[in-house]
Amino acid sequence: MNMIKGILTIAAIVMLSAFTTVRNGYKVGDIATDFNLKNIDGAQVSLADYKDAKGFIVIFTCNTCPYAISYEDRIIALNKKYAAQGYPVIAIMPNNPNMQPGDNFEAMQRRAQNKGFTFPYLIDEGQKIYPQYGATKTPQVYVLQKTSNGNQVKYIGAIDDNYQDATAVQTKYVENAVESLLAGQPIKTIQTRAIGCSIKS
Amino acid sequence: MDAYFYTMRIMYVLVLILMVSCKNETSGNAKVTDEGEKEAVVMPTLEVYDFEGLKPFLKTSSETVYVVNFWATWCAPCIKEMPYFEALNTNYKDKNVEVLLVSLDFPKKYDSHLKPFIKKNKLKSRVVVLNDPDSNTWIPEINPDWSGAIPATLIFSKDKRAFYEQPFTYEELETELQKFIN
Repeated sequence: MNMIKGILTIAAIVMLSAFTTVRNGYKVGDIATDFNLKNIDGAQVSLADYKDAKGFIVIFTCNTCPYAISYEDRIIALNKKYAAQGYPVIAIMPNNPNMQPGDNFEAMQRRAQNKGFTFPYLIDEGQKIYPQYGATKTPQVYVLQKTSNGNQVKYIGAIDDNYQDATAVQTKYVENAVESLLAGQPIKTIQTRAIGCSIKS
Repeated sequence: MDAYFYTMRIMYVLVLILMVSCKNETSGNAKVTDEGEKEAVVMPTLEVYDFEGLKPFLKTSSETVYVVNFWATWCAPCIKEMPYFEALNTNYKDKNVEVLLVSLDFPKKYDSHLKPFIKKNKLKSRVVVLNDPDSNTWIPEINPDWSGAIPATLIFSKDKRAFYEQPFTYEELETELQKFIN
């Protein structure tokens, strides 16, 4: 009898551990949480601060991941193009700086200054926000649209289909998504996947 | 088992030392003007594939169990777990297990990072390189649940597959492998 109990307990543990590896996080259509995170200038930033925004291009990114670095100029270009049209870029650095010192707050400030970031670059202190979004890697984008119910997730995934070479891109997923939202059209590709650096916790 | 981990720890420290000494050597080499000396270093040749080319590596009709690890030289957790894959490759060689290390390094890093890494660490497992920027197409083909984060590992035999988007310890890796060879 004890053996059966033991087996059942083990089975329960195995099942539980299997469940914990299942990623939660947002799907397209979900309402995304707002946050109150520290920006590189020391100010706290929330989505609610943007009274005139129609939505947001939330990007989990960092200093140290080669894929994120490869996309820096394209992230700057996205903000330049869409902030004025109501879809500003909000960059969030999700890594634990103790695990990844190159992503600490001072390093974020330096990187933003060197690259001339024109958008908030927030630190997910305590790593409370990225798990709610379900981000697993950098870079990872969530395009949100402001609705009466909150900020609704409209697109999750990569910026475009070529991380190596901006000039060889065939499909600009994020731009297409934002353009569709601006035009009031359905988004053709609502979710994509790309290689990235696992978020360090 | 303790002795094993002790050995692994030494190996890891050695890898770190090698990496540091590698860095020093590079900066040292920059000052050396003798080009001939540099060329004398024989670098490994790379097998580079797009996803179509990689596909045959991801299935089998033989009795061999394959452990496929997706990694890159810049990925710290990948480098940390690499000695475990190497050890697995050595320890299970006569049990019909093969480790395949699929590098996702960028092409511009092949000569500066990837080749020196393979050489310095004397990698025994087969290394292939996947160069296919359209990852949205091939990631779900490798596994529908893969978000695209690395390290990631695929273990498969002719009638069983499992995918892991996580870093491994040697013990965990061995536990997963055992499910395929019993």
